[in-house]
Amino acid sequence: MMDARDLLRSRPEGLYCPRGDFFIDPVRPVERALVTHGHADHARAGHGAVLATRETLDIMALRYGAGFAGATQEARPGEEIALAGVRVRFHPAGHVLGSAQIAVEAEGMRIVVSGDYKRSRDPTCAAFEPIPCDIFITEATFALPVFVHPPADREIGHLLASVRRFPERTHIVGAYALGKAQRLIALLREAGYEEPVYIHGALARLCAYYESAGVALGPLLPATVEGSDGAPPPGSIVVAPPSALGERWSRRFADPLLGFASGWMRIRQRARQRGVELPLIVSDHADWGELTATIGETGAAEVWITHGREEALARWCELAGIAARPLHLAGYEDEAE
Amino acid sequence: MERFAELLDRLVLTPARNGKLRLLVDHFSTVPDPDRGFCLAALTGGLDFPAVKPAMLRALVTQRVDPVLFAYSYDYVGDLAETVSLVWPASGGEARAPALSEVVARLATASRSDAPAVMAGLLDQLSPSGRFAAIKLATGGLRVGVSARLAKQALAVFGGVAVQEIEELWHGLEPPYTGLFAWLEGRAAKPENAMAAPFRPVMLAHPVAEAELSQLDASAYAAEWKWDGIRVQAVAQGGIRRLYSRSGDDISAAFPDLVGAMEFAGALDGELLVGDPKEGTGTFSDLQQRLNRKTVSRAMLARYPVFMRCYDLLVAEGRDARTLPYAERRALLSDFVAALPAARFDLSPEVPFACWRELDEKRRNPPHPVIEGVMLKRRDSPYLAGRPKGPWFKWKRDPYTVDAVLMYAQRGHGKRSSFYSDYTFGVWSGPAEAPVLVPVGKAYFGFTDAELKEIDKYVRDNTVERFGPVRAVRAEPGRGLVLEVAFEGLNRSTRHKSGLAMRFPRIARLRWDKPPGEADRIEALRALLPPG
Ligand SMILES: [Zn+2]
Ligand SMILES: [Zn+2]
Repeated sequence: MMDARDLLRSRPEGLYCPRGDFFIDPVRPVERALVTHGHADHARAGHGAVLATRETLDIMALRYGAGFAGATQEARPGEEIALAGVRVRFHPAGHVLGSAQIAVEAEGMRIVVSGDYKRSRDPTCAAFEPIPCDIFITEATFALPVFVHPPADREIGHLLASVRRFPERTHIVGAYALGKAQRLIALLREAGYEEPVYIHGALARLCAYYESAGVALGPLLPATVEGSDGAPPPGSIVVAPPSALGERWSRRFADPLLGFASGWMRIRQRARQRGVELPLIVSDHADWGELTATIGETGAAEVWITHGREEALARWCELAGIAARPLHLAGYEDEAE
Repeated sequence: MERFAELLDRLVLTPARNGKLRLLVDHFSTVPDPDRGFCLAALTGGLDFPAVKPAMLRALVTQRVDPVLFAYSYDYVGDLAETVSLVWPASGGEARAPALSEVVARLATASRSDAPAVMAGLLDQLSPSGRFAAIKLATGGLRVGVSARLAKQALAVFGGVAVQEIEELWHGLEPPYTGLFAWLEGRAAKPENAMAAPFRPVMLAHPVAEAELSQLDASAYAAEWKWDGIRVQAVAQGGIRRLYSRSGDDISAAFPDLVGAMEFAGALDGELLVGDPKEGTGTFSDLQQRLNRKTVSRAMLARYPVFMRCYDLLVAEGRDARTLPYAERRALLSDFVAALPAARFDLSPEVPFACWRELDEKRRNPPHPVIEGVMLKRRDSPYLAGRPKGPWFKWKRDPYTVDAVLMYAQRGHGKRSSFYSDYTFGVWSGPAEAPVLVPVGKAYFGFTDAELKEIDKYVRDNTVERFGPVRAVRAEPGRGLVLEVAFEGLNRSTRHKSGLAMRFPRIARLRWDKPPGEADRIEALRALLPPG
C-alpha cells in the first residue's frame, strides 16, 4: 500500500497532494487549488487554477471579482475527476451553500478532507454525506465536549420570544455574512416569521445570490438607507455581520438588543464579553457529538485533525482506539461564524 | 426548573436594571407557587445547602467524563459550574425535568454522604441550563447581578405596593413565600410580621445643593455630622437581638461585640464605626477589616472593636416612636443612649449653627477625618421610610479631585456596548525626568452622552494596543487625555500596584486643554492616605 504522505501532506501553503500536484484550500496563491467552500480562510484569490463546486466558484467571483483565478473548473457533486494519477470527488458537506468534502484517491487508498461541515439540518444547503475512507481529515472548530448545539429551531424560538417580550427594541443579530445569515433568515421563515428582515449592506449580495440559487429568504430590506429616515420600525429583526455589533453602526437603531448566532454562544462568558444579551447557539460547524459520530461513520482507521481544538479530539480518538494526529495547518482562524 | 434556569441565563446577560426588573416581574407573574417563591429565596440568599461542595462536583463529573477531556474543557470555559453543566452527558431524561421546588427539597434533605448521589440524579434529569442553575443553587452565590433589594423592588412592582412594605415584612417570612404572593395578588390579607426584633425600613436623605439651601429656613433644621461608617439598625425585643444593614440584611453574626452589648429593648438607628467612642474613632479602612466576614477572630475583635454612634430612635420600650417629630425623638434618644454601655454606644452630637454660612464653615472644617459632611433633619418631621423629599438632607464635604491620564478603555455593556466607556486612569510616578504612569483607578460614569462620544472617538483614534474588549491608548507626557477625577477618599490597598484604592471615582471634567505631563503625581495622592 502507498504511503499516505504521497497522497496528502501539509506544506506552508496548505494541504498538498504530491502525486496530483495540487493544494486543497491553500492559504497562499498556488498553481492549482481545490477549494472546499467560499469562506475567506478557505477560498483565497490569486490561484492559477481553481476546482470547486459551481456555487463556490460563484461566491468567489462575487467576493473577489470575476478574475479571482487564472482558470476555473466546476466540480459536480459525486463526479469523479482525474488529476494526474489521482482521482478526486466532491461531496456535500452541509456547511454553507456549495460547501464540499473532497475525497482524494489513488492505488486503493482514499483520504477524505472534510473542509468545514455540520450534520444538523440546514434548509439553505445540501446535507453532509459520510464517505467511507481510510483516512479522514476533520475540522475541529467545536471539538470540546462542552459544545453541544441545541436544535436550531429552538434557538429561533428564543429569538421570536424575545421580539414578543421586547417589542419596542430593535433586535440586531450578528451572523456571519456567508451561510449563517441566510440560514438564520430561512429558519425564521420556516418558523412562520413573515415581517421584512432588515439586512446590513455587507449581506446584500450574498443574500441575493442565495435567492438566485433557489433559497427563498422572503422580504428583505436594507437596514440603513443613505440619506433617508426609513429606519426599521421598533421590534424589527436586523441581521448584520458580527463585526458590526460593537461598532458605531449599531447605535442608530431604537434601543438595540444585541443577539449573536454562533456556536460560541454556548459559553456564557463569551456572550458576556461581547455585550450580547441574546445568545443564539446556531452553528454551521459540527458539535462534539457530530464530530465523534462522523469519525465513526467514515470507518476511517486514521484521523487527521485540523482547524480548531485538535488536542481534545485526538484524545477522544485515543480513547476510541483510532490513530489520530493533529495536522498543523497555518492560516486558518476560529471563524467569527 | 427550566423557567428558573432561563431566568438566570437572561439575568446574567441583561445589564440594565430596568431590564432585570422586567424579567423578574414577568417571572413572578407567570410561574406558579411554590416555584416562584423558591426562585425569590434563591435570589435573596435565603437558601443554603451546606452538603454540596465544588470539589464533590469535580469528582462526580470525572466519573462520567474522561478527566483529560474535562481538563481541556474547564481550561477553555473557566467556570466550574458552567463546565460541569455543559460536559455532563445527556441522559435523554430532560422530559421529566423536576420542578425547582423539588430540586430544593432534594437538596435540603441531602446528607453529606448521599449528596453526591442526589446531585448526580438531578444533573441526569436536567438540560444544560437547568444543570447550571442547579449547581449555582446548590453551591450558593448565583451571581446574576440581582441584589436582594432589586428582587424586593420587583415584588413591589408586581404587587403594586411600596417596597418599604415588603422590607418591613420580609424578615418574618419564610420560603416559598406563598402568603406574600397571595397578598401581592390581592387574594389574601397582608401577612403579619411574626418575627421578633424585625427590621424597620430606614429613612434616607437627599443630597442638597447650595442653591437649594437659600430656600430653606435654617431654624427649622437640626444638623449632625455625617459619619463615614456603615448605617445600621440595632433591634432588641423579647430577648432577641439583631443588627441589620440599611437594606435589612441581618449582620449580627459579624459583630458579636456590639450585639453582646445590646442591653435594651427597642430599635436604634445609627452608624457603625471602629474604635472606642471615648478614645477615638477609626478610619473607614479600619472598618473595612470588619466588613464582609462570616466569622471574626478574637484578635480582630480586640484590634478593631466596633461601636454604634446613634442618631435616631424608632422603638423604645415597646413603643413605636417613628410618628413623633424629630425633636421629640432626639430627646428620647439622648436619655436612652445615656443608659447604654458607653464603650459600645454613644450619641451623634448635634452641630449648632445660626445660619447656613456658619454651618458651611463647619462642614468644610470637620473636627475628625471620618466625617464626610453634615446631615440636616427637620425638627418637626416624623421618621418616614424611604427617601422622602424635604425632611432630611445630606450636605457632603466637597469631593477630592485629581488630574489623571487616560490609560486604558474598555467596551461597556448593553446600550453602551458599542462605546469605550470604562476608563482606567493613572498618575505619574518615578523620576521627574523619566516619569511613568501608574494606574490608580477606574471610572465609568460622570460624563455626558456627548462627552462619551468624544472620548470614544479619542480612544479609537489613539489606540496603541488591543486586548479583547480593552484598548490601550496613547499616554505620554506630550500626548494623551487628562481626566479630572472626583472621588470620596482613599484607602490603602495591597491589591493595587499603586498601593491605594479610590472610593467612588467618577469623571468630573475632561481636560482636553491640559498637557498630560502636568497631570498629578502619585505623591499627591499618597498625602491623602489615612495614617497607618
Ligand atoms: Zn467555513
Ligand atoms: Zn473554516
